[in-house]
Amino acid sequence: MKEKISDHQPDRDELLYRPIYETGKGFYITAGILLLVVLWTGYMYYHQLRYGLGVTGMNQPVTWGFYIVNFVFFIGISHAGTLISAILRLSKAEWRRPITRMAEVITAIVLAIGGLHPIIDLGRPDRMLSLIESGRLQSPLLWDVTSITAYFTASTVYLYIPMIPDIAKLRDRGTKLRWMYAFMAWGWQGTEHQKKVLNRAINILMVIVIPIAVSVHTVISYIFSMTLQPGWHSTIFGPYFVVGAIFSGIAALLIVMIAFRKFYHFEKYLREIHFQYLGTLLLIMSIIWFYFTFSEYLTGVFGAEPHEMQIIMYKFTGPFAIAFWGMVLCNFVIPLTILAFKRFKTIKGIFIASCTVVIGMWLERFIIVVPSLANPRMELPLGIYIPTMTEWALFAGGISVFILGYMIFSKFFPIISIWEIEEGRSEGIKEVEERIHSYLPAEPAS
Amino acid sequence: MAKWAMVIDLDKCTGCSACMAACKMENNVAIAGPTEAQAGRAMFWMEMVSTYEGDYPNIEVKRMPKPCFHCDDPPCIKVCPVGATYRNPEGLVGQVYHRCIGCRYCMAACPFTAKLFNWSEPQWLDGAITCFNPDVSRRMVGVVEKCSFCAHRLTKVKENAAEEKRAIRDGEYVPACMENCPADAISFGDIDDKQSSVHRLAHSYRAFRVMEDLGVSPKVYYLSKRQS
Repeated sequence: MKEKISDHQPDRDELLYRPIYETGKGFYITAGILLLVVLWTGYMYYHQLRYGLGVTGMNQPVTWGFYIVNFVFFIGISHAGTLISAILRLSKAEWRRPITRMAEVITAIVLAIGGLHPIIDLGRPDRMLSLIESGRLQSPLLWDVTSITAYFTASTVYLYIPMIPDIAKLRDRGTKLRWMYAFMAWGWQGTEHQKKVLNRAINILMVIVIPIAVSVHTVISYIFSMTLQPGWHSTIFGPYFVVGAIFSGIAALLIVMIAFRKFYHFEKYLREIHFQYLGTLLLIMSIIWFYFTFSEYLTGVFGAEPHEMQIIMYKFTGPFAIAFWGMVLCNFVIPLTILAFKRFKTIKGIFIASCTVVIGMWLERFIIVVPSLANPRMELPLGIYIPTMTEWALFAGGISVFILGYMIFSKFFPIISIWEIEEGRSEGIKEVEERIHSYLPAEPAS
Repeated sequence: MAKWAMVIDLDKCTGCSACMAACKMENNVAIAGPTEAQAGRAMFWMEMVSTYEGDYPNIEVKRMPKPCFHCDDPPCIKVCPVGATYRNPEGLVGQVYHRCIGCRYCMAACPFTAKLFNWSEPQWLDGAITCFNPDVSRRMVGVVEKCSFCAHRLTKVKENAAEEKRAIRDGEYVPACMENCPADAISFGDIDDKQSSVHRLAHSYRAFRVMEDLGVSPKVYYLSKRQS
C-alpha cells in the first residue's frame, strides 16, 4: 500500500499511521471473538425483550441489579477521557500530547454504552420516548438524561475538533476512503487563520467540558442520594461519585495505553514518563477515594442510626462482604502498595494496579446499589440477588462493544494525535522554555 | 374534599391473611407462580409483615398487614421520570400502567417496599379468565403496580351518590381487604370528616404510623397497645 503514496516523503511519525493501513491477523481474530460475544449479547437481550425482566436475577426488594451497577460503572469510566484530557490541556501539561486522543475516545465509546444501560433496564423500553414526551424534570432520572446527553454531545465534539488536522493528513495521503476523510476534514489546509480558529474552539470546549463532566457523575449519584433510603441518602455522594469516576477513568486509560503500546508498538510515543505521571495521578486518586469512603462509613458507624447501621453491617459481614473487602483491597491496598514504591511502579506494576482499580470500582458500584435495596426499612425478609446469565451476557457485551469500538476506531483514525506531537516538537519546546523563564525572577536589564 | 385513610387495629388482627386473599382477587393481581415466588417475585398489594422476636419457646410473633400507605408526601411520585405515579386531590396515590416505563425508580425510593413489578407473564390458573374483576384493568409485563385503596370502588360509590344527589356516607366506600376482614380490624373512610370512625380511631392514644420520622405522612394508621 505504501508504494501508492506518491509525492509524500516518509513521515517522522509514520508509525502512528501504520495501524490505519496495515491490519494483522491478530486483529481479525480478536474482532471475530468480540463480535461473537456481541451477537450472543444481542440474542440474550432479545430474549429479555421477549419475556420481560423476569429473565434477570432482580426481584422484589432488589429491584436494581447489574444493569444499574454497570450504568454507573461505565459512565464512571467515561470520565477518563474528556475530563482528564481537558484538565491536562488546561494546565498546559506538555506530556499530555500522546494521551489526550486515547482518553477522549474512551469517553465517546463508553458513554454510549453506559447511556444505553438504563434503557436495557427498563421494563417497557418501547415507551422510552415518554421520557421526552411526558418527562418530569423534577425527577433525578431526567437530570441524568439531560446531563448525559450534554456530556455525550460535548465530548464527541471535543474528540472530533482536535482530530480535524489529522483527518486532513489522512485525506492528503489519499490512499484509503479519501471521500470520507475529505468530508470530515472540513476543508482544513492548515492556514494561520484555521489554526487560530481551531485552537480557540478547543480552548472553549475544554472549559465547557469540565463542568459538564463533573455534573454527569454528580447527577448519577443524585439518583441514589435523593431517595430516603439508608446507605444512599448521603450528602457526600456527589463528590464521592465524581472522585470514583475519575479514579476508575484513569485506571481504564492506563490499561488502554498499555494495551495499544504493546499491540501497535507505540513504545516510542508512550514512554515510561507518561505512565509514571499517570501512575502518580492514580495513586493520588486512590488516596482521595479512600478518604471519601472512610468519611462515608465513619459517619454512619459513629452515628449508628439503626437502619443505616443495619446496612453497614450487612456490607461488612453479610453475603456481599467479599465484595466490600475486595473493593477496599482492589481500590486502596493494592494500588497503594504498587504505586507508592518505586520498585513496583513499573509499567507492569501500573498495569496490575489499573486492573485492580477497575475491578474495585465496579465492586464499589455494586456495593452501593445492591445492599441498600436488599435491606428494606420495613421488617421484610432480606433480599437476595443472584445475577443470571442474561445479566452476565450483557455485562460481557458492554465490555466487548467497548474493545471492538476502540479497535475499529484505531483502524480509521490515528489514536495518537499526530499534529499535536508535531506541534510539541516545533513549538512546545520553545514555549515551555519561555514559560519557565517567566516563572523565574526577572533578570535585571543589563 | 375527602381524604381517604385506613386504620388497622393490630390488637384485633389475628394475622389470618384474609385481607391478602381478598385483595389479590379483587384487583386481578398477577399470580407469579411457584418458581417466581421462590425468587422473591410473589405479588401482593396487601402484604403481611411478620417479625419474630425472642428465642424458642418464648417467641413473640408480630403480624402486620401492609398495603400501600398512600403517603401525603409520597417519595415515589417525586422520583418518577414520566409522571406514571401521582397523588390525586383526595389523597389517593395512583399508578398509570400505560405510561409507566418500568424503570423501578419508585420501588427503590419507597421506604415501605409497597410497590411491585411485573417481572414476567402471570401464570393464571385454568379458568381464571372468567373470574377477573371487570372493574380493574390487568397489568402488562414490565410495569409497576401497587395497592390503589380499591379506587375503582370509589368511582362506583361516587356515581351512586351523584345519582341520589347526596354526599358519600361513612362506610360506603370500603376496600376489599376491609370487607373481608373476619376480625373487623380494618377501618376505612374520610379522615377529614370528624364524624367518621377513621377520624376517631386515628386520634386514638393507640394510634401510630410507620416511620413517622421520615415525614412522608402515610395515611395508614395502626392501632396497638404495644406501639410498634
